[in-house]
Amino acid sequence: MSDKYVRLSDLTLSYGKTVAVPNLNLDVVEGELIALLGPSGCGKTTTMRAIAGLLTPTSGAIEIDGRDVTRLAANKRGIGLVFQSYALFPHLSAFENVAFGLRLKNMADAEVRSRTEAGMATVGLAGFEARKPAEMSGGQQQRVALARSLVMEPKVLLLDEPLSNLDARLRLEMRTELQRVQKDTGVTMVFVTHDQSEALALADRIVLMKDGKIEQLGTPSQLYAEPATAFAAEFMGFENIFRVEGENLVSNSGQLRLGFAASSSMLAWRPGGVHVGQGPFSGRVVASSFAGGHREYVFDCQLGEIKADAPIETAEVPLGQSIAFDLPQSTARPLLA
Amino acid sequence: MKNLTIWVILGLTLTFLIGPFIIIIFAGASAGEALAFPPDGLSLKWYFKVFTIESFRDSFLLSMFLAIFGTLTALLLGIPAAYALNRYDLPGNETIRTIVAAPIIVPGIIVGLALLRYLVIPLDFTVTLALFMAHTALVLPYAVRVVSSSLNNLRADMEEAAVLLGCTRMQAFMKVVLPNIRGGVLAAFILGFVTSFNQVPVSLFLSGPGVRTLPIDMLAYMEITYDPSVAALSALLAFMSLAIVFIAERLLGFSRYV
Ligand SMILES: Nc1ncnc2c1ncn2[C@@H]1O[C@H](COP(=O)(O)OP(=O)(O)OP(=O)(O)O)[C@@H](O)[C@H]1O
Ligand SMILES: [Mg+2]
Repeated sequence: MSDKYVRLSDLTLSYGKTVAVPNLNLDVVEGELIALLGPSGCGKTTTMRAIAGLLTPTSGAIEIDGRDVTRLAANKRGIGLVFQSYALFPHLSAFENVAFGLRLKNMADAEVRSRTEAGMATVGLAGFEARKPAEMSGGQQQRVALARSLVMEPKVLLLDEPLSNLDARLRLEMRTELQRVQKDTGVTMVFVTHDQSEALALADRIVLMKDGKIEQLGTPSQLYAEPATAFAAEFMGFENIFRVEGENLVSNSGQLRLGFAASSSMLAWRPGGVHVGQGPFSGRVVASSFAGGHREYVFDCQLGEIKADAPIETAEVPLGQSIAFDLPQSTARPLLA
Repeated sequence: MKNLTIWVILGLTLTFLIGPFIIIIFAGASAGEALAFPPDGLSLKWYFKVFTIESFRDSFLLSMFLAIFGTLTALLLGIPAAYALNRYDLPGNETIRTIVAAPIIVPGIIVGLALLRYLVIPLDFTVTLALFMAHTALVLPYAVRVVSSSLNNLRADMEEAAVLLGCTRMQAFMKVVLPNIRGGVLAAFILGFVTSFNQVPVSLFLSGPGVRTLPIDMLAYMEITYDPSVAALSALLAFMSLAIVFIAERLLGFSRYV
């Protein structure tokens, strides 16, 4: 097991004069499932395409399994890529789609057949061999695309938002499926998503990207509990983020005197970390909605809007009425900037 | 009232489109000796006579040769051209497209005259070669356009997927792009074939002893012999074109591409 199985060193990627990814450094551990997470346009696809060899880096190096592949052609790298659009071959049956890469290897027909059938079984598509892509559902097409890459036994499997075209239920189903395939095959996976719950649920580690740079890298629990910056905190569901000046919390609309001494320059609370019903502060309810196990409030106070979750057992406070709340030290997350 | 207007317009359109065709069918089926409508009695003799006129046979073969090989050559040049124009952001992309379309825009008679004046006369090109070049050039714009439109519907990531599965760029083109634009290529072939076969102005200047395309030969024939055989031949050719387009429509939904 190498912990530098895929190694990106000082990688700079550009389109003409626009630099999409400046100076990226990242090591991927062999056999792990790593997620590239970030907002639209932050360079996730660009990074993937560079690893796959579809985009030549402006500078820097890419190593895979100890070998420098920076200048190696895409068809010689042994990397699989599942496209967001699946990119299945519409003129070929599901079977021939999956067998496509094997046939290029001058493999005996019997072996092509057995490996393709095994691949289709792995993704739960046995029996669908004769279907054309147009005759399959989105989820099935996605699984064909996955099997097509898997049967090649790639060193690294890249997945570019593979679940984004699926409906909510199928997405959950495919998440489990992907995790199972990864555990079964042990293939190193790099997974792109802009959905933080997907990254948290699937990944061994998460690379949070912003403007082509790594904002934070860590395990899902690290990122969830300890986001380092306001950007990371926002991505991880801290919806109340304020600056700290002296003893006050400050926002663009005003300030509020904190009950404790803060050592960081910013503090953040999840909606669930705000105490509703009692406390030194008060706000006016501007929105309230039932969310199953809890009630989601939006208060208006000196700091502007606060999002807070209240236990469902407490009585509902009507719109317009004022409500007491606290921003306790115990649930506050200190942030760098 | 509105309905009536539509029917009248439809009727007139059909009359003007199909009328001449019907006239020609009957003019060719005349029992008389001169080209006339309405025909002078009905018989199929002129339809049979057509096949015995030797110069028609030669010029038919030449026209067939030009239509088939000219179109094939145009496709051989046009498919890569369309591919390059579609997939790469080349400098002067628009200019190249315009130049490729030029043979449609420039009057055919000028193309014919230019080829005669600058290739056949000074460089001793044979008329057949000049005709072949002219027909290829004339069909090329259609080839590029029709193939382009089917390439537009084909996502580029499919080729990338093929490359990542081990294909070279060339293999990806042959195994993934070509099979998926097959319909467009066939449509371009048929459109090119019909355009080339029916084309008159370019070929007008490009004829020599015994070397004439069929439409030019028919013009020449009519100058000397004013009998119904030309009408009969025209009707046969129209049927041939119709049959080709009909089969193409049945096989691949030809009208999608044109
Ligand atoms: N072909 C291109 N030409 C020029 N700029 C591009 C091209 N593709 C992407 N970019 C730019 O590079 C940056 C990164 O794009 P990229 O596609 O990697 O984003 P992403 O993180 O995958 O976003 P998304 O979540 O929307 O897919 C963006 O600013 C984008 O505008
Ligand atoms: Mg993307």
